[in-house]
Amino acid sequence: MKIKDTLLEPIFTNNPIALQILGICSALAVTSSLQVTVVMCIALTAVVACSNVLVSLIRTRIPNSIRIIVQMTVIASLVILVDQVLKAVAYETSKQLSVFVGLIITNCIVMGRAEAFAMKNPPLPSFLDGVGNGLGYSVILLGLAFIRELFGSGKLFGVELLQSVNNGGWYVPNGLLLLPPSAFFLIGLFIWAIRTWKPAQVEEDEFKIAPNTQPQEA
Amino acid sequence: MEHFISLIIRAVFVENMALAFFLGMCTFLAVSKKVEAALGLGVAVIVVLTLTVPVNNLIYAYLLKDGALAWAGYPDVDLSFLGLLSYIGVIAALVQILEMFLDKYVPALYNALGVFLPLITVNCAILGASLFMVEREYNFGESVAYGFGAGLGWALAITALAGIRERLKYSDVPNGLKGLGITFITVGLMSLGFMSFGGIDI
Repeated sequence: MKIKDTLLEPIFTNNPIALQILGICSALAVTSSLQVTVVMCIALTAVVACSNVLVSLIRTRIPNSIRIIVQMTVIASLVILVDQVLKAVAYETSKQLSVFVGLIITNCIVMGRAEAFAMKNPPLPSFLDGVGNGLGYSVILLGLAFIRELFGSGKLFGVELLQSVNNGGWYVPNGLLLLPPSAFFLIGLFIWAIRTWKPAQVEEDEFKIAPNTQPQEA
Repeated sequence: MEHFISLIIRAVFVENMALAFFLGMCTFLAVSKKVEAALGLGVAVIVVLTLTVPVNNLIYAYLLKDGALAWAGYPDVDLSFLGLLSYIGVIAALVQILEMFLDKYVPALYNALGVFLPLITVNCAILGASLFMVEREYNFGESVAYGFGAGLGWALAITALAGIRERLKYSDVPNGLKGLGITFITVGLMSLGFMSFGGIDI
């Protein structure tokens, strides 16, 4: 039960983006095309899983006062690895991702999981927790990218599905979906959907709005 | 001079860190409930960005760039792959030094900014600005202007959002959208507003 929970819980019940508000920083800017998003998701999942394992392996030896710096160094080294691999294997995509691969270092999911989970648990659960959180991040990102690319340019993975008007088809692309603001709207709606499905996640009001005490006119 | 001013204005409005590049979102959403706190964090970000971007620029130009070590007698060495590690190290160290300096010499400012300084190390906007500086090949002067402009833009965005959220809490929002959801949509609308600066070319 434990292992399955560690892996699956972060995907919907405790999603890093929708509930913990972690890792939104680099997430939204890369979702306008599905291919770039897939690469980003793989990169992030790999970094979270590996950094969780490494931090968990050395967790008993890290002095408490410098643990943040140690975690940062581990993560930064892993990100450098990923960056170099991407430049060698998929140069075009790595150009499109520009600074966002580097920004995995400051992605709060990676730091957050290292600090909150890997420091207290043995390597195997930490690895699963890393993969689970990476997947939770990927689910939201892929969903966003799917909607944005399909309706924004009528394509998926660069293949034209809805033939656009410019090419003699019928579909008028919704340009807004390719612009930054749409990512915010979509993620807001995603959160709405998830919270309607799991009402336990709804936040409490700071102020209760009193019901209207004026007698209604007939 | 005009070149620098246009660089600053671009960084503040057209290429706003928070609203056009989504950088520093975690703190942007977490610390924007009160205008005072948002303003404090904004000022801290301006200070840190104005310091770290130029310092990272020097490190890149004289230590890491291909052939940058020529002054030490190693013209063929290319250390640019160490960039990420060095930048984050510089940022963490500078934030720490700034914190100690403020604590000793300007305690009033330290009390105002104190809580926010450690948060800034992991703020993507700071690292992002350094990475953009490298990608766009700014020189030292430009990197000072860019760092300041980027910080100012971020501070402006978070203060504005905090102002809106202070009002928003009195409104009747559908259950699932409460808190985070409606904040995202508000930020989306703000981002849409900032996009109207997009055509400006100075």
